[in-house]
Amino acid sequence: MSGFPLRTDNSPFNQQQAEALNQLLATLTPDQMIWLSGYLTGLRGGAAVPASAAPPVTASSLAGTPSAATIEREVTVLFGSQTGNAQHLAADLKKRLEEKGFAVTLSCMSEFRTNNLKKLKQLLIVVSTYGEGDPPDKAVLFHEFVHGKRAPRLEGMRFSVLGLGDQLYDQFCKTGKDFDARLEELGAARIYARTDCDVDFDEPAKAWMDGVLAALSNPGAESSGAAEDGDAAQQPVPGLPGSGRLVGPLSTGASGTATAAQTLAAPAHSRTNPFASEVLENFCLNGRGSDKETRHLKLAIEGSGLCFEPGDSLGIYPHNDPRLVDDVIAHMGWDPQDVIPAGKQELPLREALVQHYEITLLSKQLLKQAATFSRDGLQDMVQADANEKLKAYTRGRDLLDLVRDFSIKDIPPREFVPMLRKLPARLYSIASSFRANAGEVDLLIAALRYQAHNRDRLGTCSVHCAERVDPGDSLQVFVHSNPNFRLPADPDAPLIMVGPGTGVAPFRAYVEDREESGAGGKTWLFFGDRRFRTDFLYQVEWLRWLKLGVLTRLDVAFSRDQGAKVYVQHRMLEKSRELYGWLQEGAHFYVCGSVNPMASDVHATLVNIVAAEGGKSKDEAEAYVTGLREQGRYQRDVY
Amino acid sequence: MADTAIKKPSEAENVKTASNFLRGTIVPSLGVRVTASVPDTDNFLLKFHGTYMQDNRDIRDERARQRLEPAFDFMVRIRAAGGVVTPQQWLQLDALSQKYASGEIRLTTRQSFQLHGVLKWNLRQTIHDINQTLLDTLAACGDVNRNVMCSPNPYQSEAHGEVYEWSKRLSLHLAPRTRAYHEIWLGEEAVVPPPPDEEPLYGATYLPRKFKIAIAVPPSNDVDVTAHDIGLIAIVENGRLAGFNVSVGGGMGMTHGEPATFPNLGSVIGFCRPEQVLDLAEKILTTQRDFGDRSNRKHARLKYTILDRGVDWFQEELQQRLGWRLGPERPYQFEHHGDCYGWVQGTNGKWHLTLFIENGRIRDWEDYPLMTGLRTIAQSHDGDFRLTANQNLILGNVSEENRPRIEQLVQAYKLSDGQRVSALRRNAMACVSLPTCGLAMAESERYLPSLITKLEDMLAEAGLANDEIVIRMTGCPNGCARPYLAEIAFVGKALGKYNLYLGADFTGTRLNRLYRENIGEEEILTTLKPIFHRYAQERQPGEHFGDFAVRAGYVRAVAGGPDFHGS
Repeated sequence: MSGFPLRTDNSPFNQQQAEALNQLLATLTPDQMIWLSGYLTGLRGGAAVPASAAPPVTASSLAGTPSAATIEREVTVLFGSQTGNAQHLAADLKKRLEEKGFAVTLSCMSEFRTNNLKKLKQLLIVVSTYGEGDPPDKAVLFHEFVHGKRAPRLEGMRFSVLGLGDQLYDQFCKTGKDFDARLEELGAARIYARTDCDVDFDEPAKAWMDGVLAALSNPGAESSGAAEDGDAAQQPVPGLPGSGRLVGPLSTGASGTATAAQTLAAPAHSRTNPFASEVLENFCLNGRGSDKETRHLKLAIEGSGLCFEPGDSLGIYPHNDPRLVDDVIAHMGWDPQDVIPAGKQELPLREALVQHYEITLLSKQLLKQAATFSRDGLQDMVQADANEKLKAYTRGRDLLDLVRDFSIKDIPPREFVPMLRKLPARLYSIASSFRANAGEVDLLIAALRYQAHNRDRLGTCSVHCAERVDPGDSLQVFVHSNPNFRLPADPDAPLIMVGPGTGVAPFRAYVEDREESGAGGKTWLFFGDRRFRTDFLYQVEWLRWLKLGVLTRLDVAFSRDQGAKVYVQHRMLEKSRELYGWLQEGAHFYVCGSVNPMASDVHATLVNIVAAEGGKSKDEAEAYVTGLREQGRYQRDVY
Repeated sequence: MADTAIKKPSEAENVKTASNFLRGTIVPSLGVRVTASVPDTDNFLLKFHGTYMQDNRDIRDERARQRLEPAFDFMVRIRAAGGVVTPQQWLQLDALSQKYASGEIRLTTRQSFQLHGVLKWNLRQTIHDINQTLLDTLAACGDVNRNVMCSPNPYQSEAHGEVYEWSKRLSLHLAPRTRAYHEIWLGEEAVVPPPPDEEPLYGATYLPRKFKIAIAVPPSNDVDVTAHDIGLIAIVENGRLAGFNVSVGGGMGMTHGEPATFPNLGSVIGFCRPEQVLDLAEKILTTQRDFGDRSNRKHARLKYTILDRGVDWFQEELQQRLGWRLGPERPYQFEHHGDCYGWVQGTNGKWHLTLFIENGRIRDWEDYPLMTGLRTIAQSHDGDFRLTANQNLILGNVSEENRPRIEQLVQAYKLSDGQRVSALRRNAMACVSLPTCGLAMAESERYLPSLITKLEDMLAEAGLANDEIVIRMTGCPNGCARPYLAEIAFVGKALGKYNLYLGADFTGTRLNRLYRENIGEEEILTTLKPIFHRYAQERQPGEHFGDFAVRAGYVRAVAGGPDFHGS
């Protein structure tokens, strides 16, 4: 954090304080900073504060105060987070509640003791949904409990749910909806309508928090209108986004996730205030003859104040392909120079479509809105409410398809363009260690190119990086913390890492970090891709680490080098005994990469290995693996 | 044992000693999936099995930037004594090259086949399949007796038949006996415990260095007979093989900047009858086994053993081991060391067609489907295929009835009997060099053809278009294309830079000498042009270019290996 020394003129501290803080800050690890940040926040919540702020009040301290008796001050916030967004929002919520004088218990769902559930008076849930409607890993058991027969009646509980999700998925915000409906079913009273957030969640999440705070502070209002049918009450969320790893994480300056450096020194770069990072390297890692293009990017973050842990991701705000934008503009008969709104500013149309609006992915919601402009077909398709048909249409199509297929044209851009969702950032697992190289971030980005519906399709961010970004150019970036994908605290704990393709990125950060820190634990990487000769990403580095002993074992699977396809899970099976032995020694098991089929195949194989080598039944093996997950020894970053 | 034994053995000797008769850790190394390479020690041992690792040097830097290891793969050399294979074997090698290798076959300067680009994971299957064709790779490289060369002389068929039989017997007699080859490549069970005397001839450390044998049938010296450790010159009397004149101590390799290393031509030490030749070759080999320098691999060939101690000492030692004396050398006459192209009829009435294969490279070009043509021919050929020592190919023993069909296919596929290319190109030879050879310092096989095109223009201008001049190029000084026996030779020093040698004779019996050092193409052309013109004007009747270069004083004739580096 050398970039931001505190002085008397840039901080509220005196000379002596500033020097002491500078000295201390220079020695802190990112984890320590985050901890300290939270500690200071908590200290402030619990200690005497200036009169202008809400006084800290607890329920017990208010018990004898008639005027306050109607306001219940104890609130429990439970979060279920896969990528960290729900966790960050829950931390935000806690902070805001505490500012209003509430006593807040914040807990991850996996750490919450379920027999305490019936004692809660006020429960706020922030939970994401991923994959095809699945709860986050760490919410699975709590979700099961609440929905199971053992769940207690919850009359007397007041609750509200904030769901996170992605409109592009059919089971949008399903986990949030599940909790919302089930809590009501169990007798709890909804004090504020559930909000389902799309990837661009800052605004709706803030609105939900505002509403929840108002409802908690004004208990009389709860029965009047706010507690409506969940679906009907869903907040309208503008826009719609994208592929596996579209983001919408941190709110500006969020204390829970922004690093200590960010909270202590301006400017704090975040999702809403990205850093313009210079590209230092950008080349393809696949050897000639490969049918893949996996790029290595090195970005400069020197002086940005950004810092990260192994397992974190970097968000990149991409630009749309100008060729695609031009095709849309031409079809619509627009003037590229027309100035239109783009968020809080106004931009020339072409620029706005390149930089600001999502045009490569379609949502059902957009189809419904666009139907009003359609001369043929779309109206019928939307009105028939043929959900499957709509969904099928959106798959693999973009805005150009939509306007062409349904003859949408000659609509004034001001009427049409604002329907589009804001172009979301894309997250990429960071492939380097901050500890080893604080001024740079390495990324591994697979350029996505494919044919669909008779047109070549290009991944928005990956092809932007592959084709339109050269060393010297800059990218708008921010760090997205991923607290659920962390190296074990114990440097001697063995690591088993399964990361085929670009899934290997965080493990390069892990191993580099362990090399830098001199951690003694064994490490075992399973890597896979198509062909050994051309697709062995970072091969020379792995071989070096293997030689040095930083990497203890390396097993590789190349699917197209032989007749039968061989994948990482086959290599795991071949080494079944050793792998189980490592687990028994306390190894942490990590998986990164595509959720289907890779991560689910790896999961099934893991269960099989535990059953076979541990002499367990299928159920016992499942329980063993669930145990690993609950202990934080089985972590996944899958997409 | 000799006094060399007290010097510290080279690292290679330690590897051999520890290898348990060439096993080393080859099997586990082949099973390692994270690299396509094998450790250096196993790579050294693999040579004895006929294969070693290379990488495509053209893309080495590019791959290093991409964090990929070099594009490692394996060259597999296939031994065929005398370079003779059946059409069936030809087809099998062709299929293997398509299945596991680069899709090309290289004909070597020592009458072997080379497959390039075999991946480590396919190596075992490739060598296994080669053995299924009744050919093998054992001892194709390494510190052992290599492929026994034999003039494929197609016209004295009866004598050639006898000579060829002796080359096969020599090859078999001097082959390593280790079971390692069968265990590793052919899946045969290891004998436990291993037999105590697995290598009765070689012992646990094999030879100090490679060992080469060639047999020439005068008047052709196509094999460059004195360039080998043992050179056997067939003496044919009344159409029958009477025996061999024996040359010892030849060898090409040297190192730039190390005058203690030099090419050498063998000395003829006498004559033996055919039935004596196995015993003789064995005793020459064991003498080298026991006296060769095992401390310095650049001083380990038989040529140095003999030159250091004298030919008299060698003959004395040999005679003691043999228990009999060599007869006096018999007269013979060499006339050339290039190939004779086109159709000839042998004494047995069968026909032989020598095809020109530029630099021994068998593949399909867009306008020249050489490989497909030879494959098609192999499907209906009733004779054999013979590799020449100049990287060319003979369709041997074609019956009178089958000749028109072969002729038709040769026409259809535009195969060349050398008549349509210049005399210079017909007499050219280049080693493989870049991008696969790890020793290469400069281009060779990929460059010589274009250089020859430029030289052809100059020769035509001087009126020498139809004169046979032997020209050879290698990418390093180790001598695979036997450059030191060429009338014009280029030996690579650095990318685009060559040493130019002149003054060898036309029959391969006199070494050439360095004329210009470290020159690029421009200087090569300006240097040679006036010499060509002068040769055209001043040569004596029948005088070859190499002899002229000596007579005209461009270089002094080389008297022998130790005289090679003088000026």
